[in-house]
Amino acid sequence: MIKHITILGGFDKNGNQEKISELKVCSGEVLAVVGPTGSGKTQLISDIEQYAEEETLTGRKILINGQPVDKPGKKSLSRLVAQVSQNMNFVIDLSIKDFLLMHARVRGISNPEQILPELLYVTNLLSGEPVTLTTNLAQLSGGQSRALMVADVAIISNAPVVLIDEIENAGIDRLQALKILTGQGKIVLVVSHDPTLMLMSKQRVVMKNGGMDKICQTTELEKRVLKDLIGLEEQVASLRERLRQGENLGAEDGIKADVEEKERRILWQEYRYTSL
Amino acid sequence: MRFVVVAGTPSSGKTSVMVHTIRHLLKNNLQVAVCKIDCLQTSDDERYLSLGIPVAVGLSDYICPDHFYVSNLEEIEAWAREQKADVLILETAGLCHRCAPAVFDCLSICVIDNLIGVDTPQKIGPMLSSSDIVVITKGDIVSQAEREVFRYKVEMVNPEASILDFNGLTGQGALALKNEILASEPLAGITGKVLRSPMPAAICSYCAGETIIGQSYQMGFIKKVDFGRVKSD
Ligand SMILES: Nc1nc2c(ncn2[C@@H]2O[C@H](COP(=O)(O)OP(=O)(O)O)[C@@H](O)[C@H]2O)c(=O)[nH]1
Ligand SMILES: Nc1ncnc2c1ncn2[C@@H]1O[C@H](COP(=O)(O)OP(=O)(O)O)[C@@H](O)[C@H]1O
Ligand SMILES: [Mg+2]
Ligand SMILES: [Mg+2]
Ligand SMILES: [Zn+2]
Ligand SMILES: [Zn+2]
Repeated sequence: MIKHITILGGFDKNGNQEKISELKVCSGEVLAVVGPTGSGKTQLISDIEQYAEEETLTGRKILINGQPVDKPGKKSLSRLVAQVSQNMNFVIDLSIKDFLLMHARVRGISNPEQILPELLYVTNLLSGEPVTLTTNLAQLSGGQSRALMVADVAIISNAPVVLIDEIENAGIDRLQALKILTGQGKIVLVVSHDPTLMLMSKQRVVMKNGGMDKICQTTELEKRVLKDLIGLEEQVASLRERLRQGENLGAEDGIKADVEEKERRILWQEYRYTSL
Repeated sequence: MRFVVVAGTPSSGKTSVMVHTIRHLLKNNLQVAVCKIDCLQTSDDERYLSLGIPVAVGLSDYICPDHFYVSNLEEIEAWAREQKADVLILETAGLCHRCAPAVFDCLSICVIDNLIGVDTPQKIGPMLSSSDIVVITKGDIVSQAEREVFRYKVEMVNPEASILDFNGLTGQGALALKNEILASEPLAGITGKVLRSPMPAAICSYCAGETIIGQSYQMGFIKKVDFGRVKSD
């Protein structure tokens, strides 16, 4: 059972000690990893994936339940971490059903047929362009592939630690994906440039020049901003859907003039003010 | 001197994997020499030379590159000892799937990538099944699910080997591979050592340069298709 993982800081790209010397993530928590391109977000994920022991570029050390991972144990630990990233694709030439059954058997799942409906449900929930079990993996769009990967990581791989690298552009319902993955007490690290995803986590680590520079806790104010962002996204999604269905939009579709509007304006002003 | 033989399917990442790993060996102040065996030409030598280490190239031309490799092992060893190498890396051509270059008492690494398909490990044969270490590359571009299935299929074919995931682009995994190399026994001398799996004969008239099709042009070891054995599934 993994209760928590700890990242012990190493060095940034200039060889200076990282500002954050210790970072702990508990089961059921999401840690967002943020920062500009090249700041070391993917490297941080990679350190966790390989249970770094001060031997990688960064000199970081990964502890599981407070303990270093001993070398001989690494083999069995290879199944504790699952990853979904934007570059990943299916290369195998099989139907979704045959492949999922194959993977489930490899994972020692005793009743693989029975989990297929759930896998299909989750995949279609995330992608919006439905697939069937007989669809060939090679025919999936980028969004469908990523949706299936998330469903597979959640249900078949079922690893306690999930690493997600920039899936916001993958064309899937990323908020739903994060919810599905964080269920069942997983530890989730999500690399993202997307404010909504960043704010959905309890804390975020800010990367700079290869080092962990700062940890920000998501504040109460930010949680309200998050609610607002989610509302806006829902609004955009519904506009998109109506346009796709051939509707014309009315005047009332511009800025939603509801009772919350005034409150929202105040909130945004407040947010702008505090973040200056 | 540690004698490391690196085999693997074409373009699986052999050179990328070894370049990253050699960097780590060099950091430990070890002297590394590389020999690359190929058929007609190679540019791998330039990538190894950029590490500032001695590199030799052997081109087999019209001979099976793995047969060529076996008949040159003593000479390659002598050359590497002249270079005062602590570690000799021998990258094979990776073309003949039937010949397995592993030698007892040499560390044998097989590099394969996640893109070759989950059924391919069973087809690779002794090159995979007789190796000490299997390095699996290109996990960065396939799904987690395929990586898990692929690794499982490799474990089925070679349950004894240590299996390392390696990213040939970033070098993730290079330290683990370096440690495996350092943990292996140094070799006192290659002479008298034994191939782990015999190489098939290649002595027909075509080996000797024949180009015309037809029975009357065939001599030596000839095997014909058995049409009685109809396969259906
Ligand atoms: N995406 C990805 N590409 C890789 C990886 N390893 C190697 N490559 C690429 O695969 C190609 C073949 O690599 P190379 O080392 O020349 O293979 P060799 O023929 O087996 O020596 C090159 O373009 C490498 O950049 C990897 O782990 N991931
Ligand atoms: N602490 C560090 N020390 C040395 N190199 C680093 C460090 N962190 C990251 N790098 C290197 O910097 C480059 C960019 O990092 P990467 O993790 O890909 O950034 P991002 O994902 O944020 O765009 C990579 O080559 C990575 O290996
Ligand atoms: Mg990145
Ligand atoms: Mg090569
Ligand atoms: Zn051969
Ligand atoms: Zn012949």
